[in-house]
Amino acid sequence: MERTIFLTISFSSIAASVHQWLSNAIHADIGVKVIELVIVGVCLLLFLVPLCFFLGYMERKVAAFMQMRLGPNRVGPKGSLQIVADTVKLLMKEGLTPAASDRFLFNMAPMIVVVASMLVMAPIAFAKDFQIWDISIGVLYVSSISSLAVIGILMAGWSSYNKYSLLGAMRSGAQIVSYELSVGLSLISIVILAGSLRMSDIVMSQQDGWWIFKGHIPAIISFVIFLIASTAEINRAPFDLAEAEQELTAGFHTEYSGMKFAMFLLAEYINLFVVSAIAATLFLGGWMPFHIGHWQTFNQVMDLIPSSIWFMGKTFFIIFIIMQFRWTFPRLRIDQLLTLEWKYLLPISMLNTLLVTCMAIFGWHF
Amino acid sequence: MNLLEENTVTEDGQFVINIGPQHPSTHGVLHLKAWLDGETIQKLQPHLGYIHRSIEKMSERLSYRNFIYATSRMDYLSAHINNQACALAVEKGLQIQAPPRAQAIRVLLAELTRLSSHQLWWGCTGLDLGAVTPFFYAFREREAIMDIMEETCGARLTQNFCVPGGVMYDVHPNFVSRVRDIIKQVREKFKEYDEILTGNVIFENRTKGVGYISAEDVISYGVTGPAARGSGVSCDVRKWFPYDGYEQLDFNEILADGGDCYARYMVRMEEMKQSANIIEQLIDNLPEGDFQAKSKTLLKLPKGEFYQRVETARGELGVYIVSEGGATPYRIKYRSPNFSNLSALEEMTIGSKIGDLMAIMSTLDLVIPDIDR
Repeated sequence: MERTIFLTISFSSIAASVHQWLSNAIHADIGVKVIELVIVGVCLLLFLVPLCFFLGYMERKVAAFMQMRLGPNRVGPKGSLQIVADTVKLLMKEGLTPAASDRFLFNMAPMIVVVASMLVMAPIAFAKDFQIWDISIGVLYVSSISSLAVIGILMAGWSSYNKYSLLGAMRSGAQIVSYELSVGLSLISIVILAGSLRMSDIVMSQQDGWWIFKGHIPAIISFVIFLIASTAEINRAPFDLAEAEQELTAGFHTEYSGMKFAMFLLAEYINLFVVSAIAATLFLGGWMPFHIGHWQTFNQVMDLIPSSIWFMGKTFFIIFIIMQFRWTFPRLRIDQLLTLEWKYLLPISMLNTLLVTCMAIFGWHF
Repeated sequence: MNLLEENTVTEDGQFVINIGPQHPSTHGVLHLKAWLDGETIQKLQPHLGYIHRSIEKMSERLSYRNFIYATSRMDYLSAHINNQACALAVEKGLQIQAPPRAQAIRVLLAELTRLSSHQLWWGCTGLDLGAVTPFFYAFREREAIMDIMEETCGARLTQNFCVPGGVMYDVHPNFVSRVRDIIKQVREKFKEYDEILTGNVIFENRTKGVGYISAEDVISYGVTGPAARGSGVSCDVRKWFPYDGYEQLDFNEILADGGDCYARYMVRMEEMKQSANIIEQLIDNLPEGDFQAKSKTLLKLPKGEFYQRVETARGELGVYIVSEGGATPYRIKYRSPNFSNLSALEEMTIGSKIGDLMAIMSTLDLVIPDIDR
């Protein structure tokens, strides 16, 4: 009896009962909508800030593990509160605005970057039937909103009145615009297979197997391309040319300090999460448990694991991979970066899309 | 802001940026002024003097025993080799020779210094190219060598172990066994070095064909050390003008003919193995005897000019002493390897990207205090 109670309490049931309760209490439809929006916003912030703390902690621990160090180990148990302490420090720091900078753009840039990365969270399915906005053009929405961040970066670089910042912003512009093509094409290959742009449909289409298994080699190719291109799109090493520390000191955010700097950091980690979540949703089945054909018992055991844990597990697996990139590879040069995209990734992903289309037409996938 | 136009954008549209004196990859207070077209470097001008301490002038007031230790602060990564050069120059003037044990200890410490210096360089090369992890791998072995230095000399970085006529003390009883251990460890870890950086495709792309300099240019700029040997110019002082018993040791001068960053990188990687070879040869048959030749307390060099060159981790260091017969040198001049190597930087860099500049600087392995002295 207890087991059934445990199983019925899920994120979707909580959301449904909150909605039910609000609809009963408030009769105006618009009132319910507004209150729900506020609740969603607060919940998202309450989720994102600890998430970024955790990702920052995780990154430092992964780095330490790869570099034979201990990593943070002083503040809190096993150093887990180190990032909180860092945030407090950044809050107390003076948010310096250079005298020659364009003050309005300079202060707005970090906001735009953070808002753009938060907006992408909307269509992500965190658990079964638990999604902020199941928009019918989910994948298109994701790829278009995520490209807004480049505006913030260009703004930051231009308004800082710093040559390093400007160079970083120029690099970032070239880089994000190029790599979006490959990201888009690898997303499209899954859209073709699933036959829908809606995130929930894409997850449901993976009920009998994740696309990375069902889609044969083309799906694996587009998964790899997605990982490479999205690492470049979120400006992480080995593609962190926009902030290339050894060349441009800190690139586009050289002049930022205090909380404005922290917002760029926040956006970086949200982007990391979003990209991994999308990869998990499209290629690894999102919240869908791992099922093997006709192994009934095995599948039932897998179903016992809550869908949110499946989703988070897959997402963090991909985050771990992307973090390992950062601590293994040297950085590419700007011309090599563009060569990689335009001469290798883009033609391969175009061919791959063609293959996937043929596969979908002839129904060669499982 | 009232910036001068010439310091921001030139008339023909070149973008001027100042790299340094505070910059993560100049490894010190070097100031480079670069004229850019997009990201391509059109012109490069090093500005020196930020860390000039007039070591040469200071030496004129110091006795022949004391001036040696000011040189530890020039190329601080080859501190012991700098000291050795000065000690040898003074010995030349006094016409004494260090006993065999002292020579062996000097060479052992010199090669350990070279090994640890190259390890630091390897870590920094990774760091300059954006790979942070190699730095920690390099420091693992470097720390062990530094510990040996600390036990033997009492200092980790500025060893100050050479005196005219030998070394200051005999080695620590643990020295031999610890050096054997570290050589074994270093030999094992070379494979790891190759795995994480040398064989990496991004690393090869970043260094192959980058920062090319021909053998003729190497000679005309006076580039020495691994940077010159990367272009195929044979210039190892240990082979050409042996000192402290290098002539009895079996080692190779590493030459590469690429002339690019990758060639210079490979030369240094092989040099580390050669240093390990030399240490292995010496550590098993360290001669018995005195560690210091007998000399007067107050040294006075006869009137004349004395020159001694040694091979530091970065190239040829020359010590030129002019003596008037007194207890202090009349004039001292150091021919520092980094100053000449830096002069070739512009030749290597023109037409490259900013990212390449970092790769080129790291394979030149510049130590800024040695440039300014």
